[in-house]
Amino acid sequence: MKYRSVFDIIGPVMIGPSSSHTAGAARIGSAARSLFGRKPQRVTITLYGSFAKTYKGHGTDIAIAGGLLGFDTSDERIVQSLEIAREEGVEITFIESEEKSDHPNTARLLLEDEEGRAEVVGISIGGGKMEIVELNGFELRLSGSAPALLIMHHDRYGAIAKVATVLAENKINVGYMQVSRKERGSHQALMIIETDQSVGEKVQREIEHLEDITSLTVLS
Amino acid sequence: MDFRTIAELVELAESKEIPISEAMIQKEMKIFDRSREEIIAQMAGHLDVMEKAIERGLNEEDLRSPSGLSGGDAQKIRAYINEGGPLLSGADVLDTVSRSMSVSEVNAAMGTIIATPTAGACGILPGCIFTAAERLKADREAMVRALFVSGAMGYCIANNAFISGATGGCQAEVGSATAMTAAAVVEMAGGTPAQSAQALAIALKNMLGLVCDPVAGLVEAPCVKRNAMGGAIAMVAADMAMAGVESVIPPDEVVGAMFRIGRDMPTSLKETALGGLAATPTGKRIEKDIYGESVE
Repeated sequence: MKYRSVFDIIGPVMIGPSSSHTAGAARIGSAARSLFGRKPQRVTITLYGSFAKTYKGHGTDIAIAGGLLGFDTSDERIVQSLEIAREEGVEITFIESEEKSDHPNTARLLLEDEEGRAEVVGISIGGGKMEIVELNGFELRLSGSAPALLIMHHDRYGAIAKVATVLAENKINVGYMQVSRKERGSHQALMIIETDQSVGEKVQREIEHLEDITSLTVLS
Repeated sequence: MDFRTIAELVELAESKEIPISEAMIQKEMKIFDRSREEIIAQMAGHLDVMEKAIERGLNEEDLRSPSGLSGGDAQKIRAYINEGGPLLSGADVLDTVSRSMSVSEVNAAMGTIIATPTAGACGILPGCIFTAAERLKADREAMVRALFVSGAMGYCIANNAFISGATGGCQAEVGSATAMTAAAVVEMAGGTPAQSAQALAIALKNMLGLVCDPVAGLVEAPCVKRNAMGGAIAMVAADMAMAGVESVIPPDEVVGAMFRIGRDMPTSLKETALGGLAATPTGKRIEKDIYGESVE
């Protein structure tokens, strides 16, 4: 089911004018920020399809910037987000791409600072809902509507079972799970687990300390 | 307590002898493990946002969108009602129209609204709920319940078809909103779950084939006026269902028809601003004025 909650239909509370071009775009920005894990210094945003064509009129640019600053879809600071980003020292560049994308409302965000970088591709699927479809070259599907764990791990047998055991022991139910790797033998894989309950810090640390787990990001 | 289709929803409500709103509330409680109070409080908060948007659009002087394409029409309708013009379609229908336009204009002006189910169609549900509440002397609780009815219907449409202009044309966006709203108003008026479903079918049938062709790609022209007419259609469809009129084609099949029509619709008529009203000489000129050049 693409839509699970009554509030996916009656909601979100948002700044207009477009749920897909404004609210969905803000949510892509804030998911990218969470995946990066901190405030970026530089963000390069490539817009495709309808995003590229109409972003100025819909405020897609300011919405993504607002999301990157951690603003919710209903936060009226979104309207001034480009100025606020400048004040906070976040340099944002927009590129309009002519390239054809699979989905009409697609944005690719490259977030950088001195410590590292993250590349995130998001699509806005309507009604303010979005999906992250790519993270650092890994294909995935992440809706952001349920709490999610993103776990980088060595591509070895048993890694998934160990994580699943920790979740089971802590009575956390898995709603949806996927595993992605760039190619066999690349040694790194990404496990994405959407959970029904949020995952507390104690459980997060337990997972981080498991063998074969290299990093953990939590989206809640 | 689960449903995927409108038929399942109606059957569930009838077999348990509960209204559709209650079926939606219980499903939400179960899936997300949240309390009734929490869910109802969140929805009541949404109703407050809707009311503020209506008030803002009807009262703020010089409310205009950044492009200048929309704003002020809701107030024109309100003034026309107050001046006692001919009111050919009746004061209640026009009240609905002015409220639906008001929210839609606030949306275009980058104000705060609730997407129902999208921002492009955000005027219809609040416009009808607040007008129906006045007419029926319904309390806040009945209005919040109506939002759950429309959410339940929208949930069935969204998961079996689509709800955005970019994916299914305006029939999927304003059409879905109109259908969801008609069903909600029926429950407010004391209709049965089956009558809510009939109102949905009647409303959606009259939106089939509607293309998404916004001028300059903006949620303004013709969106604001389609919200106005969506509100009017929802109220009339609700009345028809309350009168016992039934759709020859069952509600889920109407949703299925909407899905197939949307799938067959060319990309130029799905929010790309490449066809329909957007591609008229005036539409093109406005686009050029806003962006400096064609955005194609």
